[in-house]
Amino acid sequence: MSDFILEMKNITKTFPGVRALDNVNFSVKRGEIHCLVGENGAGKSTLMKVLSGVYGYGSYEGDIVYNGEVQQFKGIADSEAKGIGIIYQELALIPELSVYENIFFGHEIIKGRSIDWNETISRSSDVLKKVRLDIDPSTKVKNFGVGKQQLIEIAKALSKDVKLLILDEPTASLNEDDSENLLKIIRELKEQGVSCIMISHKLKEVIEIADTITVLRDGATICSMDVTKEKINEADIIKHMVGREISNIYPERENKNIGDVIFEIKDWTAYDPKKGREILHKVNMNVRKGEIVGLQGLMGAGRTELALSLFGNTPGYKITSGELVLDGKTLSIKSPKGAIKEGIAYVSEDRKGNGLVLIQDVKYNNTIANLESLTKGLVINQNEEIKIANEYKESINIKTPSIEQKVGNLSGGNQQKVQLAKWMFVSPKILILDEPTRGIDVGAKFEIYTLMNRLVEEGMSIIMISSELSEVLGMSDRLYVMSEGTITGELTREEASEEKVMALAIKSE
Amino acid sequence: MAEINETAVEEKVSLGKELKTLAKKNLRDYMMYIVLVAIVIFFSVVTGGKFISAGNISNLFNQAAYVAVLAIGMTLILILRQIDLSVGYVAGFSGAIAAILLTNHGWPVYLTIPIVLIIGLCVGLYQGLLVTRVGVPAFVTTLAGMFIFRGLLGVATSKSGTIVIKNDAFNALNNGFIPDINIIPGVHFVTVLIGIIAVCLVIFTQIKARRNKEKYNFKVVSLPIFIVTLALVSVVIMVIVTVLAKWHGIPWSAVIVAVILLAYNFMLNNTRLGRYIYGIGGNDQAAELSGVNVKNVILFAFCSMGVLASLAGILYSSRLQSATPTAGAAFEMDAIASSYIGGVAVSGGVGKVTNTIIGTLVIMSLTNGMNLMGVDTFMQYVVKGIIFILAVAFDVTTRKNN
Repeated sequence: MSDFILEMKNITKTFPGVRALDNVNFSVKRGEIHCLVGENGAGKSTLMKVLSGVYGYGSYEGDIVYNGEVQQFKGIADSEAKGIGIIYQELALIPELSVYENIFFGHEIIKGRSIDWNETISRSSDVLKKVRLDIDPSTKVKNFGVGKQQLIEIAKALSKDVKLLILDEPTASLNEDDSENLLKIIRELKEQGVSCIMISHKLKEVIEIADTITVLRDGATICSMDVTKEKINEADIIKHMVGREISNIYPERENKNIGDVIFEIKDWTAYDPKKGREILHKVNMNVRKGEIVGLQGLMGAGRTELALSLFGNTPGYKITSGELVLDGKTLSIKSPKGAIKEGIAYVSEDRKGNGLVLIQDVKYNNTIANLESLTKGLVINQNEEIKIANEYKESINIKTPSIEQKVGNLSGGNQQKVQLAKWMFVSPKILILDEPTRGIDVGAKFEIYTLMNRLVEEGMSIIMISSELSEVLGMSDRLYVMSEGTITGELTREEASEEKVMALAIKSE
Repeated sequence: MAEINETAVEEKVSLGKELKTLAKKNLRDYMMYIVLVAIVIFFSVVTGGKFISAGNISNLFNQAAYVAVLAIGMTLILILRQIDLSVGYVAGFSGAIAAILLTNHGWPVYLTIPIVLIIGLCVGLYQGLLVTRVGVPAFVTTLAGMFIFRGLLGVATSKSGTIVIKNDAFNALNNGFIPDINIIPGVHFVTVLIGIIAVCLVIFTQIKARRNKEKYNFKVVSLPIFIVTLALVSVVIMVIVTVLAKWHGIPWSAVIVAVILLAYNFMLNNTRLGRYIYGIGGNDQAAELSGVNVKNVILFAFCSMGVLASLAGILYSSRLQSATPTAGAAFEMDAIASSYIGGVAVSGGVGKVTNTIIGTLVIMSLTNGMNLMGVDTFMQYVVKGIIFILAVAFDVTTRKNN
């Protein structure tokens, strides 16, 4: 048998009007971890969909050679039967079913005419051990966090006797701990002979884990780098990805003009009736005018909860103590509407889930949070609205054919820009950005950082929540670290280092 | 010479292209118009012209009025991804209350109608609060409402059975026509006048809107298409008006529906409330985090539905000149079908009241035409059901392809 478990040769895939893949060659060695990187829209997902049979045989040109044979997958079932398993970024588990039901969902173990539940449970325990999950397989999936759910997905793939595992941005929504753990598991699977293709935007972990890195750009293979033979650094990869050198990932701010404290919370304590416990405990923090304040912490540390509790408290926590002071006024905010009125804005981490109305167009989403300013009497001035949306489109470079395009059709980076445009139009005093660059490509990230700098230069203050350590360190003037619902430390930009932040993030009291 | 030809050809090509993109974008709407026209032609032929006679068109408007009123309210509810199953019996019950107040207690019309509408508002408030504040799903809340108001309708009419209404003013609401000043014999002059005013208004507002857009340098449809569309709309208005003018003129019911339609259309397209309704239907969490009071908007939709259900009840009892214990049965079916045929998306967030009215006309033309043909009532349900499901299936497929 050849060295390669998979060779995709001269794959070309066209959609009406677009050549998504152009003569792509992509080979995976047996038993290696092969990372696939590239900007959004470079063709990574399309390539994986061709491989897994989502785009079936006949809809593309070129050959897929798997285990030495040319394959003609007509659908996912065909590729799965040959041992190719794919795990998507959006998890495909059913929350209300148990772990074992989920693992064998779609390929249930049948004895006679009915499902053999005992065998199902016992085999589930086996595959869960392989991913080092020590959990009761009869627990409902909804009781686990994203990190564990990700592992359950992998266990599900393993239960199908997978030989080639494809992971689409597996760590995008994981914190550093869970990511670390996941990468460890992937390495262990490699030892057991499972080859792995991993798509990721996080270049640091790519370098850490990959045996080979392939870069795609504009639907073409740019290069394949053997990490075991040559030393690769992030700058090299970025250069290939964007086709130009980005000297600094984080743009410098030209005129730092940080003023007095404008926003302060004191002893902010919140109780979550749904979870039956305190989720925020005596949080103290402040933000100055024109300052970017980072908010770091592991997943579950309470950062998003803090943001939501400040922004009108939509999850319905009980604020048991604390005070919120904005511009010298102590405020009592009851709803997002109230928060917006006082000058606080929150850009959601989940832009598709609760940030944007995807079936509406760019201009609709741009203005929805501040229609008051466009309304005269009862009537919205729709011409003015078009004008404003066009201005934002130009000024922050939203790449869309027109402002009448549905937001659901835009790329992640451009959706994020629409979210920012929406809140810029509100022109708040305090802008809370929750994971502002999650799942968007390097080029768009840079634009968003530049935009953040522009906003604080104009006098806005930003609180940035991010799971990416380097981003928080690169952008913040000052940062707070949270752990278990409380602030465990405050660092200035000069003091902060990855080690110090991590030490505070895992500190518990 | 050659040059002139070239530019002419170019213009033709771009016009064709524009028409094509317009057709593609509005395929769903155009399809609905075509279906309506096809239904009208079919029944006109089968009934030997009886269907498009002035008398029958008036009759069709009168028949369709209560469904149209319900369907307008239902459109809001469905855009918000809610449902209201109780509207039929709320209408029936409201009609019975009106009849009792008018006939048994001798109340005047100007007191009866507001009181009945307030009762509808209270029903909407009660159901809306259950949905938004207590958190009972709308399907369950309004299913319970169906039980309750069906029961209350029975209780209200239990003593006398059918309650006959003898108030002429009340009965004119859904049987009468707008008054005329006799200038031309045989032609309802005021109706013609209203038609001309309506055409002028349409042309005036459209030109103004176009000018306004041009002032901002926005793209507008090319002039030939603009003119043809305006001409078409004007012709349709004038044809209907002419037909009606040869009979007794415009029925009051059409005036009532038109006023409600214009108000709701304005609300959905030009006010914040309208924006919020679409936003909540598209993504309620995003709407809430954009500062929208989601609960109050949904509460508003249920309240509006309650009032409109009562109004539908008033119209229906006015038409029958009585309240019966069975009034209201299956009204919600026609209302929901009208909205969906009119292009409200089954997944919410999309829909127009103006198209809902077309949906109502489709459903009620089917009813009216099949009645003329003498088709059995149960068979009518089968036919309407088939048209309904075809429309929604077409809708779902075109949306998927977009």
